[in-house]
Amino acid sequence: MMATLKELAQQGEKFLGGHRACAGCGATIVARQVLLAAQYPVVVGAATGCLEVISTIFPYSAWNVPYIHNAFENVAATMAGVEAAYKALKRKGKIDKELRFIAFGGDGGTYDIGLQALSGMIERRHRVLYVCYNNEAYMNTGIQRSSATPYGAHTTTSPAGTVLPGKLQPRKNLTEIVIAHEPAYAAQATIGYWNDLVTKVRKALDANGPSFINVFSPCRLGWAYPPEKTIAITRLAVETCVWPLYEYENGKYRITVKPKEKKPVEEFLKIQGRFAHLFKLKDKTPIEEFQAEVDRIWERLQKRCAE
Amino acid sequence: MIVARTGNEAMAEAMRQINPDVVAAYPITPATEVVQLFASFVADGLVTTEFVPAESEHSALSACVGAAAAGARVMTSTSSQGLALMHEILFIASGLRLPIVICLVNRALSSPINIHCDHSDSLASRDSGWLQIFTENTQEAYDTTIMAVKMAEEIMLPAMVTTDGFIISHGMERIELIEDEKVPQWLGERKIINNLLDVNNPITLGMLDLQDYYFEHKRQTIEAMNNALPIIEKVQKEFGDAFGRYYPIVDEYKMEDAEVAILTMGSTGGTGKVAVDRMRKKGKKVGLVRCRIYRPFPKEAMLKAITKVRVLGIMDRADTLSTLGGHLYNDCRSILYESEKKPLLKNYIYGLGGRDISIEEIEEIFDQLLKIKDTGKVDKDIVYYGVRGE
Repeated sequence: MMATLKELAQQGEKFLGGHRACAGCGATIVARQVLLAAQYPVVVGAATGCLEVISTIFPYSAWNVPYIHNAFENVAATMAGVEAAYKALKRKGKIDKELRFIAFGGDGGTYDIGLQALSGMIERRHRVLYVCYNNEAYMNTGIQRSSATPYGAHTTTSPAGTVLPGKLQPRKNLTEIVIAHEPAYAAQATIGYWNDLVTKVRKALDANGPSFINVFSPCRLGWAYPPEKTIAITRLAVETCVWPLYEYENGKYRITVKPKEKKPVEEFLKIQGRFAHLFKLKDKTPIEEFQAEVDRIWERLQKRCAE
Repeated sequence: MIVARTGNEAMAEAMRQINPDVVAAYPITPATEVVQLFASFVADGLVTTEFVPAESEHSALSACVGAAAAGARVMTSTSSQGLALMHEILFIASGLRLPIVICLVNRALSSPINIHCDHSDSLASRDSGWLQIFTENTQEAYDTTIMAVKMAEEIMLPAMVTTDGFIISHGMERIELIEDEKVPQWLGERKIINNLLDVNNPITLGMLDLQDYYFEHKRQTIEAMNNALPIIEKVQKEFGDAFGRYYPIVDEYKMEDAEVAILTMGSTGGTGKVAVDRMRKKGKKVGLVRCRIYRPFPKEAMLKAITKVRVLGIMDRADTLSTLGGHLYNDCRSILYESEKKPLLKNYIYGLGGRDISIEEIEEIFDQLLKIKDTGKVDKDIVYYGVRGE
């Protein structure tokens, strides 16, 4: 099951260069890694957002696979329709190829406005892999908070001011909401652990039903860090347990990458501009609350993974 | 085969015979029956359709877009708030040139919430690049549903076929059904230019256009609409030649020597024709024009019909809320601007939220129009007919 770099390098690129993403963009690495993992021909859909905007500016396209963009909130429904057409046409003998379907959405298009369509897609058991490239805010419109934005983060609609320390609420735990739908496969992953991600994509595409992977995907503009740090930040997110890597398969949870030692969240927070204000406060409570929330989720996850 | 069917049953029967590849829908009164019946056809194996019972109308049409892009023949049905919820995706379907067909049962838009017929739902969507066909009765609804598939696929624009909520949708009529096998035979296979499922020739659909291309692409959709009427006429003729029922672009009733006329859409065409007959018996030279194809607007055929009379009462079952009267009234005023012959116009906004319009009331409207003909004066150009306090 484990992919090798050599094997992946021999695959033709399905998401090509020449797109207009920022240097250090996490979303484009997500698209590239996910598509490299696919061992079947795939048809891709994307929600409105950075990934769509930077990759399909007419007359250029970075997609070397069939691709459709419909609107912001409906990529799950759109791909449900594509999959339904595939089933119907296959049944009628009009197509014989074995295809897989992948929907890409940002956290805004997935956690927020697209949640209903995602829920419907999973409930109706469409065999589509939904990949959320989760950069924890509405980056395409200039860094507004989403329900994936973590506690304490500065965004333009949850700004850190003289009274408020950034976003006041912890993020929505979408992966758990999806798991409550009992999909065929669900996981959290990130691009810094490429083999973990590739393995999860393969499992998801083999699963006979709807699947979901929530990919932690840094945005160097929104998170305010140097572009070369994208991968390092994802590794810190895993090492601090801010973003646990785990999967849900056949009704069971499993942590797929266990940090050797659980680092304090400060290490993750301090290299990002979106949290810089927290370190200037005399009162350290927001950082402690951030740590407490991370600990709570991590503890709960470990319990869920216990046999 | 002669049967008794409601409008909803007739549209569902048409869908059964069409046997589309994908139907995605969400229930809404008074259109619910269409997909409910269709679901039972799926359950009974009478069709080979993939049925997607979506979690909202927005997702239903979104799934239709995905399925149509994948090369499938795709249909849905909705009404009122459901169409309003689809609004965003209506433009995407036409912009992507996808031949989706909606069986639309006309119903008033909230608020106040109301489940009965007026045309505010489809008319609020008139600028979304969909073909819009208003039917007068169950037979026409059935026939047009079948025709719309061919029209949409040849024009490469989506189409909505409308019936009047509860009046046609739930009223039972005698209709003639085409034999099952003849419908798919007549329709043939959908021709696909770009297929999302062709992984060997990948296409990118729904791209981002900046200032350098958007206008040109939008212009192509406009051009498709500009070129649609001859194709609609051709399909209607092909249907007539095959099944013996011919449909016009603009329906004219006793217009040869009419001095005044009303212009209607939907089921009021039928009620109005009875009123015309009664007036004729009294020796009044009145006629009726019915706008069947509403989008694209049939400028030439409409001008030809309405300039036959000196006075025209334009009956709109919706208001634009613009202070300028109804949709049809404004369209007609617009096309008359360059016409040498201009009938006097009076706009009757009527029947909102399902308020009944009777034969007697239409006779009364004719009397008013005849009076205008005699005096040459329109006292008030827009009236809200049948509303208390008008």
